[in-house]
Amino acid sequence: MMTSLSNVTLAATDSEEMWNTIKKQQAQIDALNAKIEATADAMESNSSSSSQSKTTIGGYGELHYNNIKGKDAAIDFHRFVLFFGHKFTDKIKFYSEFELEHALVKDTDDGSNGGEVELEQAFIDFNYAGNHHLKAGLFLIPVGIINETHEPPTFYGVERNNVEKQIIPATWWEAGLGFNGEISPGLQYDVAITSGLNNTSGSIRSGRQKVAKATAEDLAYTARIKWTGVAGMEFATTLQYQTDLSQGASTTANSALLIEAHAIVNMGKFGIKALYAQWDIDGLSNGAEEQNGYYIEPTFKITDSFGLFARLSEYDKTAASSTDTSVEQFDIGFNYWPHENVVIKFDYQNQDNNASNSTAKGYNLGVGYNF
Amino acid sequence: MRTLFISCFLFLLTHSVFADTIFKEPKQFIDETFQQKVPKPKVIWLTKKLKSPIKKILNHKYRTLRVRYWGQHNKTAWILEETGKEEPITVGIIISNNHIEKVQILIYRESRGGEVRYPFFTSQFNKTHLTNDHKLDKHIDGITGATLSVNAIKKLSRLALFLHQQTPFSKNH
Repeated sequence: MMTSLSNVTLAATDSEEMWNTIKKQQAQIDALNAKIEATADAMESNSSSSSQSKTTIGGYGELHYNNIKGKDAAIDFHRFVLFFGHKFTDKIKFYSEFELEHALVKDTDDGSNGGEVELEQAFIDFNYAGNHHLKAGLFLIPVGIINETHEPPTFYGVERNNVEKQIIPATWWEAGLGFNGEISPGLQYDVAITSGLNNTSGSIRSGRQKVAKATAEDLAYTARIKWTGVAGMEFATTLQYQTDLSQGASTTANSALLIEAHAIVNMGKFGIKALYAQWDIDGLSNGAEEQNGYYIEPTFKITDSFGLFARLSEYDKTAASSTDTSVEQFDIGFNYWPHENVVIKFDYQNQDNNASNSTAKGYNLGVGYNF
Repeated sequence: MRTLFISCFLFLLTHSVFADTIFKEPKQFIDETFQQKVPKPKVIWLTKKLKSPIKKILNHKYRTLRVRYWGQHNKTAWILEETGKEEPITVGIIISNNHIEKVQILIYRESRGGEVRYPFFTSQFNKTHLTNDHKLDKHIDGITGATLSVNAIKKLSRLALFLHQQTPFSKNH
């Protein structure tokens, strides 16, 4: 009996020791876990502060090969663009876009060097109220589809479409002040007072001063309303008015009014874009007092990384002329995105230029990227 | 015309109301998800086995060693971040029965593209599942001019669905 009692006592003592050992080990495990969590917290905190730099660098670029009948085939690094941005505070930020076109700029007496180095954006953005911003500096005019969004993976076709290029005229930037923001869910506005175009004959694209010692006798006033209240859709219209396109150089009043409207509808794999733009310029009689253009572009995405497009476009830079001076073009091609930010493009174009009584048929290849 | 524009400018300048780009605090999102009975947060450590599929989903390495989440029954809630064009977007995602129950933009820091926070965009993710190759089983229509923000939210949705599968709250676990 005494032996049994001592055996029970011994067993109880062993259990108690074992239990104490387990408790000690659990405490050590808890302490180790706490150290691991603290180490992970510290590492993630360091990683987070270094990855959230206040200064950002981005860019895009595109290389083109153009093979158009009647012209020499050409290969050209059309655009090499760098974005630099800086966040001063959560509400005050700097944005800029610096571009080199055609790979090389040579200093020649007559300026016929082919390439261009341009500052396309440089502005401070003030987020003065949650959904409202004021920007001051040099910025893109809020008009059209590609004027503000033209990174190569975002549009079809090797070259930018001629309607927006010649009529709008993309890419178009000016300097001044602009407000943009949200009126209600999906409804946005842009209002801007900026420098304007400068041309006495109504040549809109040549009238871009590019904020290079630009004459600012007559400013331009731009307003846009855009609705994106349904995913995949955008409807927008822009008005721009300038009291004198000639900046005072012409003896006649050259007020100029631009009206632009566009629609984008994407539903599943199908998409369609349609855009119309027109200029009305007073004081001219060379046909350029009215200029207009439109295009329609249906698209189909076979997969997320391969899409087809076709485009029918027409523009006329002297629409008030008594003869047909329109330029009509049909394009068809594809985009392949091996990565969401890289694109390979092909298109075939067939252009009839009634102004010069010529055609431009051929194909284009391109590779582009943005980051 | 000039007077009209200047009037618009003055009107916009004087009628600004302070509001933040924080549409919902992450804590509020979690409280609402679990109706104030919030479970203790759990953690998934991103082991070697998980890093490769996560890198394929995001197109880059995930920046932390572990991901915190909240789980109850067959539901998990995630607060995740991904950079849109230049700034991180903070998104709350609820996964239930292995599909997305809700995507909500909590903090949006970009100067454009904020329409992604509205239900007309985020409701597209509801009832979405993850395919075997870690893609969404539904097409999501984007918002013009907000492509990078849209892509970031799609990636986070895929990530949340994938991470949910690694938790004890997944049906297939």
